[in-house]
Amino acid sequence: MNTSTLILEEIKVKKGKVMSGAEAVLQSLIAEGVDTIFGYPGGAIMPIYDALYHYDKQITHYLVRHEQGATHAAQGYSRVTGKTGVCFATSGPGATNLITGIADAQIDSTPMVCITGQVASPLLGSDAFQETDVVGISMPVTKWNYQVTKAEEIPEAISRAFYIANSGRPGPVVIDITKDAQIGEFEFNYKKCERIRSYHPYPAVIEEKIDEAIDLIKDAKKPYLLIGHGILISKAQKELSAFVEKSGIPFASTLLGLSAMPVDHPLYMGYLGMHGNYGPNLLTNECDVLIAIGMRFDDRVTGSVATYAKQAKVIHVEIDPSEIDKNVKTTVAINSDAKAALIALTRKIDKRTYPDWLAKFKACDEKEFEKVIKDEYNPTSEKLRMGEVIHILSEKTKGSAILVTDVGQHQMVASRYYRFSQTDSNVTSGGLGTMGFALPAAMGAKIALPTRQVVAVIGDGGFQMTIQELGTISQYGVAVKVIVLNNNFLGMVRQWQQLFFDKRYSFTELKNPDFQMIAKGYGMEVNKVEHRENLDKAISDLLNHDGPYFLEVIVEKEGNVFPMVPSGASVSDIRLE
Amino acid sequence: MDNNTSTGLYTLSVLTEDKAGLLNHITIIFTRRKINIDSLNVSSTEVHGVSRFTIVTKTSREMIDKVIKQIRKLIDVLDAFVYEDHQIHYQEIALYKVPTKVFLNGNKIESLVRNNGALILVIEEDYIVIEKTGHKNETQDLFNKLEPYGVLEFVRSGRVAISMSKRKTTTLIQQLEESTANKLSIDSY
Repeated sequence: MNTSTLILEEIKVKKGKVMSGAEAVLQSLIAEGVDTIFGYPGGAIMPIYDALYHYDKQITHYLVRHEQGATHAAQGYSRVTGKTGVCFATSGPGATNLITGIADAQIDSTPMVCITGQVASPLLGSDAFQETDVVGISMPVTKWNYQVTKAEEIPEAISRAFYIANSGRPGPVVIDITKDAQIGEFEFNYKKCERIRSYHPYPAVIEEKIDEAIDLIKDAKKPYLLIGHGILISKAQKELSAFVEKSGIPFASTLLGLSAMPVDHPLYMGYLGMHGNYGPNLLTNECDVLIAIGMRFDDRVTGSVATYAKQAKVIHVEIDPSEIDKNVKTTVAINSDAKAALIALTRKIDKRTYPDWLAKFKACDEKEFEKVIKDEYNPTSEKLRMGEVIHILSEKTKGSAILVTDVGQHQMVASRYYRFSQTDSNVTSGGLGTMGFALPAAMGAKIALPTRQVVAVIGDGGFQMTIQELGTISQYGVAVKVIVLNNNFLGMVRQWQQLFFDKRYSFTELKNPDFQMIAKGYGMEVNKVEHRENLDKAISDLLNHDGPYFLEVIVEKEGNVFPMVPSGASVSDIRLE
Repeated sequence: MDNNTSTGLYTLSVLTEDKAGLLNHITIIFTRRKINIDSLNVSSTEVHGVSRFTIVTKTSREMIDKVIKQIRKLIDVLDAFVYEDHQIHYQEIALYKVPTKVFLNGNKIESLVRNNGALILVIEEDYIVIEKTGHKNETQDLFNKLEPYGVLEFVRSGRVAISMSKRKTTTLIQQLEESTANKLSIDSY
């Protein structure tokens, strides 16, 4: 019996059956197609965990080591599948520990449903043991949240949660369930939510706007397309390639848009942002029509907005109307799903090529290669550089691995040099910049797609923020490959201190533990590389190993990431050194 | 300064589902951007289960346009509108508590009440409550006039406003209920 028939039969059996709120939570999750949960039990969620004990055939629960790990694992799971990640946590500290991951999912548009236990409803507001106002605390960082105080509210709350989390611009939802609501009994029925009258996630494409955009592009000599996470969320990869190949417009990607298209696509010009590629940043201030699809003009992409693409007419395709005109003023706004808009645009766009314009990008690429990339790939330094590690990793995996990165220098280097060949393969914390994201997120991604190679690249700082998840990885034998690029520094902050604070390295140097011993203690295969001649084999060993694997690479202590758009500067002031 | 960045007074009218916690959701949007709310009023509407928030704030046009979009984005918000004063009919109500004895010394207070379109709400042995409905400058003006006689307490409500548009709330809600934007419909090539 496959899973879907199992689920249907299960629902049939349970429909109209009297059950506890706790069991109703699990029945509702099964009805939403959930088979994986990341969580941590505690007093106020014990009835749900007790019910879960009997559902081990339908649902696999992963016991994390800290609730933050549950959220990032759920995010990793979601980012590579498009499915909604699910977390369980108890009241009070359990729920507050979720907040960082929820905020991360909110700013990076990741669908997630977090179910938290809460003290019994008569105790609400009384400062009971492990009581926090979870609805209040999570309000600014959720797409929606709701407190359930009666068992019979559970099916509707959960069906709304899943509809809201994974429609339109996705985001996290918190459902806080009091203990008495988990215990209370009622007659269970489930109906999937298909409409909320106050919520309209998919505004229709307006044909006149498409025509206005087409007219602007028609007159353009130097059109330029920026793509973001929206392409991946709406699964518009094919539609994007049809559009660029017909229109001939060169394009670049934001951090979260990476892997939407293979890096070797002839019209792909590179990666945008503070440490992005030279041409894609510089030429933003030279294009005449700037088309942005499924991205939100984050300040790490725009630099100073006062000097950002002022010469260009801007077309913004964006599903969330509150993002339109928020950071960059548009000439034509297309408020719709990326895929729907791309189909409409492709139908009307003329077939063109822009050889002179493309040549400008190429010239920039050559300059960047000479000044920056050459030395990253084949460094002359005695110590290893981050770039060469990623370069070898990229070559050996042919760009087909899922790359999960943490936050900092290694993240920027990995995003620059990993040559993605497969889509839905980039998992990182973009908007929130959450150190500690990568290890649990890689675990979630590997659990979601066990046949894909999942490699986490992490700095020595971020690694220690969620290092305890090695325990979860080990307990469940999740075959993630972990590379820690160790420079014994909080490298990105140190780089800023060097460049903008006269080398005052205020609290950025780390005295690290023996990571080998720690990883070994968690039962992992381990290796450490300090010299260039051992790097190649070490990466092969890591990739070829069947189970979880930990590789520590000692890199240059004071290496910098270039190019760089200094904070608050214009994209055209991008520095190559 | 251009119109987009200079400060103006805006009245927001927000139609919402009648749900607990929504006030907090809405005010967070103002707090995040450090915008002060001048007055806020929540009431039921002619449609059962639908509430209206009327919020008055001083900020720039550019900012209020961003704020209103973020309010509209809240799941339980049905729709939200921004108005300038010339686009609405609006009122506030003020109550003034003055000692009864000031009425006993001549008819100055009485004529103040009469000439300012106010009325006497209650008369107690110790105090009298005067009520006045009007714009803020009008209720403030009466306060300034009463102050020399000793005002024991003064309170003013938030603004309530009704737009000049012909839109019917029930029609708007019907449109929302029939909207096809609840799911993605992809038009193929």
